[in-house]
Amino acid sequence: MESAVWLRDAVCCRGGFPALAGVDLDVAEGEILLLRGPNGAGKTTLLRLLAGLATLDGGRGTVLGCDLQSDRRALRPHVGLLGHDLMLYEDLTVGENLRFFAALAGASGAEVRGALERLEVASRLHDVSLRRLSAGQRKRVATAVLALRRPRLWLLDEPHAGLDESGRGAVNRLVRDAAGSGATVVLASHEAPAAAEVATRTVHLAGGVAVSRDAEGASPPAEVPDA
Amino acid sequence: MREVLLVAAKDLRIELRSRVLLFQVAPFAVATLVLLGFALDADRSALRHFSAGLFWVAVLLTALLAAQRSVAVEHAGRAADALLLSATGPARIFAGKALALAAQLAALELLLGVAMVVLYDARIEHFGLAVASAAAATVGIAAAGTLYGVLAAPLGVRETLLPVLLLPVFAPVLIGATRAFGDALGTAAVNGWAWFGLLGLFALVYAVFGALAYGPLLEAET
Amino acid sequence: MSILLGRSPGRPTPEAAPAHTGSRTTRILGAVTLAGVVGLCLCAFIFSPPDSRPGPEAGTRIGQFDAVRLMYVHVPAAIWTYVALGTCAMASAVYLWRRSAWWDRLAHACAEIGVVLCAITLITGMIWGRPVWGTWWEWGDVRLVTTLVLFLVYAGYLAMRSVPAAPEARARRASILGLGGAVLIPIVNRSVEWWENRTLHQQSTLEELRIEDLTLFTLVLGIFVMGVLALWLAVHRFRLAWLEAEAESAGLRAALAERRAEAAEPAAPTAGSGEGTPSAGAAGS
Repeated sequence: MESAVWLRDAVCCRGGFPALAGVDLDVAEGEILLLRGPNGAGKTTLLRLLAGLATLDGGRGTVLGCDLQSDRRALRPHVGLLGHDLMLYEDLTVGENLRFFAALAGASGAEVRGALERLEVASRLHDVSLRRLSAGQRKRVATAVLALRRPRLWLLDEPHAGLDESGRGAVNRLVRDAAGSGATVVLASHEAPAAAEVATRTVHLAGGVAVSRDAEGASPPAEVPDA
Repeated sequence: MREVLLVAAKDLRIELRSRVLLFQVAPFAVATLVLLGFALDADRSALRHFSAGLFWVAVLLTALLAAQRSVAVEHAGRAADALLLSATGPARIFAGKALALAAQLAALELLLGVAMVVLYDARIEHFGLAVASAAAATVGIAAAGTLYGVLAAPLGVRETLLPVLLLPVFAPVLIGATRAFGDALGTAAVNGWAWFGLLGLFALVYAVFGALAYGPLLEAET
Repeated sequence: MSILLGRSPGRPTPEAAPAHTGSRTTRILGAVTLAGVVGLCLCAFIFSPPDSRPGPEAGTRIGQFDAVRLMYVHVPAAIWTYVALGTCAMASAVYLWRRSAWWDRLAHACAEIGVVLCAITLITGMIWGRPVWGTWWEWGDVRLVTTLVLFLVYAGYLAMRSVPAAPEARARRASILGLGGAVLIPIVNRSVEWWENRTLHQQSTLEELRIEDLTLFTLVLGIFVMGVLALWLAVHRFRLAWLEAEAESAGLRAALAERRAEAAEPAAPTAGSGEGTPSAGAAGS
């Protein structure tokens, strides 16, 4: 299988702090990888790095065949990121948000309706301003926007947090379908049961380093990158 | 072009929904005009003589607020990241946002123009010149505002930094637009169309510079 | 320039950073500057005559008198302001093209020196204008107004640079601002020129002035001394920025090591893991 993510000794600084301190990571296409680790381990930064939004400050990395040093712009359109910030417009309604991002992604109206149905967003909410939705409902809308973009790499930061049982089920179904159709999924989650249900592999992060990998043992000690 | 209009329509729709422009920026604009009237001792002939300059000072101060707002919309909830992740080129995002800002400024200028006629007793003698020079100035202000807005956007001190960066840039717009309007209002014996040319040049330069520079600046957010 | 500034663009220096910004070259430059300043003071205040010539009526004298001595600072400062800020704009453009921290540091050093020289130009000009033109400020003068806008633009540039940010992102913003200033200034100049359509400058300074040999010599000396001073300061400022980056990258290496130690014992609390210094110019390598 092709490699969707390939990181060697990846260093990524956030506000001068090395949030990632030399991560080695391989993810094959079609995999559903679960990132685990305590708060501050670097999960969110790793996802932003894989999305091409954070700069690679040391080491090397390739995502979907795009070099993270030189080719981040080519990578971004193929990536879907669900972050803590939902990247939606609070003042617009659910429908307006979806139509805007669908139009940018070239998705049709039928796809918009399909995505909303799959995430069980009630149609009465379509004309409601996002500001008035609960956290869980917003997260469903953001996930629907992500699904509309049909990304080749799904990056989900705590996709289950704030969702009820049916929401978690809907997210997991979406993730499985995405992986089934050839997309790669990397998700960070503290919701162990819900996440472990879909994940095909788990990587633990601590101190900005991938500390252990299932079936591979400890990663080799990383060298200090050239600054 | 489709994406440019999409982004512009999105920004205008947000303004329609949030009503920040209507309930906050527009009253600010009129209040500025009123205060400037007090500053000139409400002298009718002085107000009329300086109406062009006072109008444009009010427009530029209002433009600062509108530019702040245009940036804040993208930064609440990191929506700017979503634009980065889309396949849309930064130049098109820039054009869309500048277009929406220009449309908002045009509406504010219309309001201020009416206020100027009512409060300062200004009379528009050359309507075509007034509209043309206002349009050129508006495009320039919107382009510069969008560019410097995204530059200051990710910094914590955006509210104070943006005016410091933007006001000197507005200097030639203020000079040019005041002169052109002086001709249009019959308060200055100058060739207003020459000044329209200068405003057009400013708009062109900042539109091109902004379209080129927007990408690196949007990238620099992280 | 690259010989003076110690290294070629974009090449990281392998040896450990020195503890100061001085070198043989800068010490020579400093000595030349110091000697030049002493010589300039002697020429400007003692040897050169005040501007004074017979007036139209018998027994009267006209001219700028002692105010002319300000010219020996004002004109050189103005010239090197334009050189420094022009270099800043050029270095900004090259940074956008090459993305090397070297050019960013050069732009920063030149901007700081340019803004200081610009302030000196404006202040000496105003002090000179009061007795000679009879006013501190003359709105109709193109160069005055343009220089003031130039000062404001690059003061804003420095304001932006002072805001904490990731070095690479800050360098990008700064380069756009530095280049934007260069785009703006010709437009400002043109608009002010049309605005008032007159200038006091040329008529009332050099052309009208009866330049004597010693006056001209002092002026040229002033331009030379100010240039050496600006260069000397620029070299030091550049090296300071480089040392700052070295310190940052040393801090980053320490933070990295600490972070990895944290990984070795995952149970340890994650708080307090090092003072965050902005990341080094790793992107420049």
